[in-house]
Amino acid sequence: MDNTKLLDIDDLKVSFFTPAGEVKAVNGISYTLNKGQVIGIVGESGSGKSVEAYSIIGLLQSPGKVTGGKITFNGEDLLSYSEEQMEQFRGNKVSMIFQNPMTCLNPVYTVGNQLTEAYRCHRKEVKKEDAIKQAVKMLELVGINNPERRIKQYPHELSGGMRQRVMIAMALICSPQLLIADEPTTALDVTIQAQIIELIKQIQEKTGMAVIFITHNLGVVADICDKVIVMYAGKIVESASVEDIFYNPKHPYTLGLLRSMPKVNALDYERLIPIEGTPVDMLNLPSGCAFGPRCEKCMKICLRQAPPKVVISEDHEAYCWLLAKEAYEEEKNND
Amino acid sequence: MAKYIVKRIVQAFFVVILIACITFFLMNMVPGGPFLSEKALSPEVLAAKEAKYGLDKPLLVQLKNYLLDLLKLDLGVSFKMQINRPVLTIIMEMFPVSCKLGAISLVWAILCGIPIGCLAAYYRGTWVDNVLRVFTTIGVSIPGFVVATVLLVIFGVKLSILPTMGLNSFGSYIMPVMALSLSPMCYVGRLTRSSMLDVINQEYIRTAKAKGLSTKVVIFKHALRNSLIPVLTYLGPLTANILTGGFVVETVFSIPGLGRYFVQSISNRDYPIIMGTTIFLASFVVFMTLIVDILYKVVDPRMDLSKEAN
Amino acid sequence: MKKSKWSVIFPSLQPNIEKLFTDDSFNPATENEKENFIETKESVTYWQEAWRRFKANKVAMISLIIIAIIVIFAFIGPLFSPYDYSTQIRGSENLPPSWEHPFGTDGLGRDLLVRTMYGTRVSLIIGVVASLIVLVIGSIYGSISGYCGGKVDNVMMRIVELIYSIPDVLVVLLLTTALKEPLQSMFNSSSSDFIKGLATLGPSLFSIFIAFGLLYWVSNARIIRGQVIMLKQQEYVTAAKALGAKGSHIIKKHLLPNCVGQLIVTTCLQIPSAIFLESFLSFLGNGVSAPMTSLGSLASDALGGIYSYTYRLVIPSVLLSLLILTLNLVGDGLRDALDPKLKK
Repeated sequence: MDNTKLLDIDDLKVSFFTPAGEVKAVNGISYTLNKGQVIGIVGESGSGKSVEAYSIIGLLQSPGKVTGGKITFNGEDLLSYSEEQMEQFRGNKVSMIFQNPMTCLNPVYTVGNQLTEAYRCHRKEVKKEDAIKQAVKMLELVGINNPERRIKQYPHELSGGMRQRVMIAMALICSPQLLIADEPTTALDVTIQAQIIELIKQIQEKTGMAVIFITHNLGVVADICDKVIVMYAGKIVESASVEDIFYNPKHPYTLGLLRSMPKVNALDYERLIPIEGTPVDMLNLPSGCAFGPRCEKCMKICLRQAPPKVVISEDHEAYCWLLAKEAYEEEKNND
Repeated sequence: MAKYIVKRIVQAFFVVILIACITFFLMNMVPGGPFLSEKALSPEVLAAKEAKYGLDKPLLVQLKNYLLDLLKLDLGVSFKMQINRPVLTIIMEMFPVSCKLGAISLVWAILCGIPIGCLAAYYRGTWVDNVLRVFTTIGVSIPGFVVATVLLVIFGVKLSILPTMGLNSFGSYIMPVMALSLSPMCYVGRLTRSSMLDVINQEYIRTAKAKGLSTKVVIFKHALRNSLIPVLTYLGPLTANILTGGFVVETVFSIPGLGRYFVQSISNRDYPIIMGTTIFLASFVVFMTLIVDILYKVVDPRMDLSKEAN
Repeated sequence: MKKSKWSVIFPSLQPNIEKLFTDDSFNPATENEKENFIETKESVTYWQEAWRRFKANKVAMISLIIIAIIVIFAFIGPLFSPYDYSTQIRGSENLPPSWEHPFGTDGLGRDLLVRTMYGTRVSLIIGVVASLIVLVIGSIYGSISGYCGGKVDNVMMRIVELIYSIPDVLVVLLLTTALKEPLQSMFNSSSSDFIKGLATLGPSLFSIFIAFGLLYWVSNARIIRGQVIMLKQQEYVTAAKALGAKGSHIIKKHLLPNCVGQLIVTTCLQIPSAIFLESFLSFLGNGVSAPMTSLGSLASDALGGIYSYTYRLVIPSVLLSLLILTLNLVGDGLRDALDPKLKK
């Protein structure tokens, strides 16, 4: 991993303009991703983690719109790209794989057709036969046996795990610098989930590309990521290295997520503790901390004012009044 | 695939037999039966007719005989409109006219309908979409005979720029084809629009965009083919629509086709012709549906037809 | 003493940070406060929400108003007219529109305004009754098929498929042709007042109803079956079953109420198609019997005088098209309003 910045997101805001009102799906988030880094974005459904990823690759569907902030990739401002530039960028520099491999491949074209198409739309000079060779090579890379036969098959002839492998092969066929994986294992069986994560990990190590791994499963994150961002209601609540998230979580929400996660080596009497309550209504976001009503340590100020950013260590930040209070008290004691 | 085709053919055959039975029993509800409704027959003629059609036998035997004749393509003879001419000969004489008119209308409806739907989907929410939506909604709501007669009055009578009868020149095709194809065209347009919008929101379209394909390739390669599948399934009912629509249009424009003849045979109560034409047209529709179903397999590899036929 | 590594970044708060500690800001929030925090929108029922959405749809609202006007025209209008639909006024045949006869008179001296009103009425009645027939048969068939599942479902759906592949208009045409005389003789021989009343509408009308009852329920049955199968797997039905509820009870209490939205939409869209079909039959001379009339037969009657009395054709045609169009638009509006998928 080298330490040059690949992707820099600064105060990104994305809103959906629905008939019922503006939904602020992403409400001012910032982070950076270095070359070769694997970052996990964790949150419940509706926390804005996927929307954020779609805005990087320019696939926000109307009525979604980026309303503020900046996305810089390799020093270039992605939001200023024209549609043609974006087409050149997508699939070439940044690729994406999606949640449900069953519906993500076009049912009426063969696997090979869809793979070579992805290759040839960025490598215009490549001949068809060479593109097929490349497709076979990619299928081999993602561990599909008998690739020469597979490329002639239609998606419905493949199993879910196999289709996700095809999706990965398709995403990687142009050797992108960044892969965005949007819950790539959620729709799969548990055993296949592990295989797919292992595959992404292997390929990442081999190629050294950066990965944004979006998931609602902290367990998946532990396996593969260097850094974790926890999102809630369109905002980052905590971001830290993977060790800090698991062994030194600071935000009550992160704590809650960890406690609601089953552990393999748990003692018999340890129970899973769910996070009480339901996520907020994104249509009328409250002025205070969105997690407040579900937080057991909620204070009066949490409901009045948005929490400040508390820097715990160099790459560990959290947004919480509790931490602010602790920090303030500690500082006062120190004086 | 071959197995599926055989199965579908057998199924289609049974539908035709079923229709023949329905036709036979319905026609036997007419007082005196379909072959004897002329009043005041002399006893000899009556006896001759009874013997000829086997009317003295039980109804089921009559049905069996009728179906057997049907297999031999014997649909009986006309007894009022063209006395003693075989019904099949009459049909074969009239049908090409209807078929030609219908085929032109069908092609026209599809050629205009699909682009209308694509345009509306592409410009969804804009004035183009709104104008097309108003047009297609009105188009599917106006009965065919209204379109036909309004066209006739405006272009045939008031302006006198198009011939009002027959199918003798190129110009004489314009109004019947317009009248016959308006409603199917609008229906195809609406169908294309909604299925296009449906497909555009599918995840594989998102995948195609994520690959970096241009909008053109996404729309024409990935979206269009998928969104035409529902349009293809509509082709069967569309054929039926155009055939029955032809009854009205041929009547209004005095076109000597099977449709107008059928309508005349109904008002003349020439039952053998009514029965024969019904069975013939129904078989034609069933046959078209069969072809469409087989085509479907070619376009959409997901449809595992052999499984579905089980 | 431990040195804090933490630095708090809240410059905007620096001036009043002391104040936050002096008041109750850092005290735990009560449950009550937490609950009040999220503004709860006033809860609206499904129907209120649907009605709100329908009202917001201008096209559908205007269509609804037009339909209301047409209904008033058809059912109340004749009360204000001195003429009757069947009375032939000697000496005033083929009159052009005038104050006396706003739509003129026909070749037999009958007032066309009243005839148009009656024709509209007949068309409306046919539409509504035929849709109700389709609704009842389709829902019963569909819910039984979907609820029973397995072999029963398989056989029942085969039947639906078979009926589906029959070209319906041909059979309807055949049916109206075949049933005309038997029904007529039934009407003539009966002495009951009720049947005599029905007889004014003529046998063709009944043929249409029979045709709808025989052929047109299939798409309705398919929709209901799909809904039932979807709902069947949901938990409250399992719960009801576990409590020992009977099949018919489950269909009535749990399944149908959930299909209501879709039933309303399909029924509403069936009305214009029934009117459409009736006008088609009438136009071919197989519609309601004279002297009763419908919009289709008015247009058909006018076809003979198309060159000299164009307005006789135009009036019923426009009314018919308007009726079908507005009914379709209201149906579309209802679908948009009742479809929970489009909610938000």
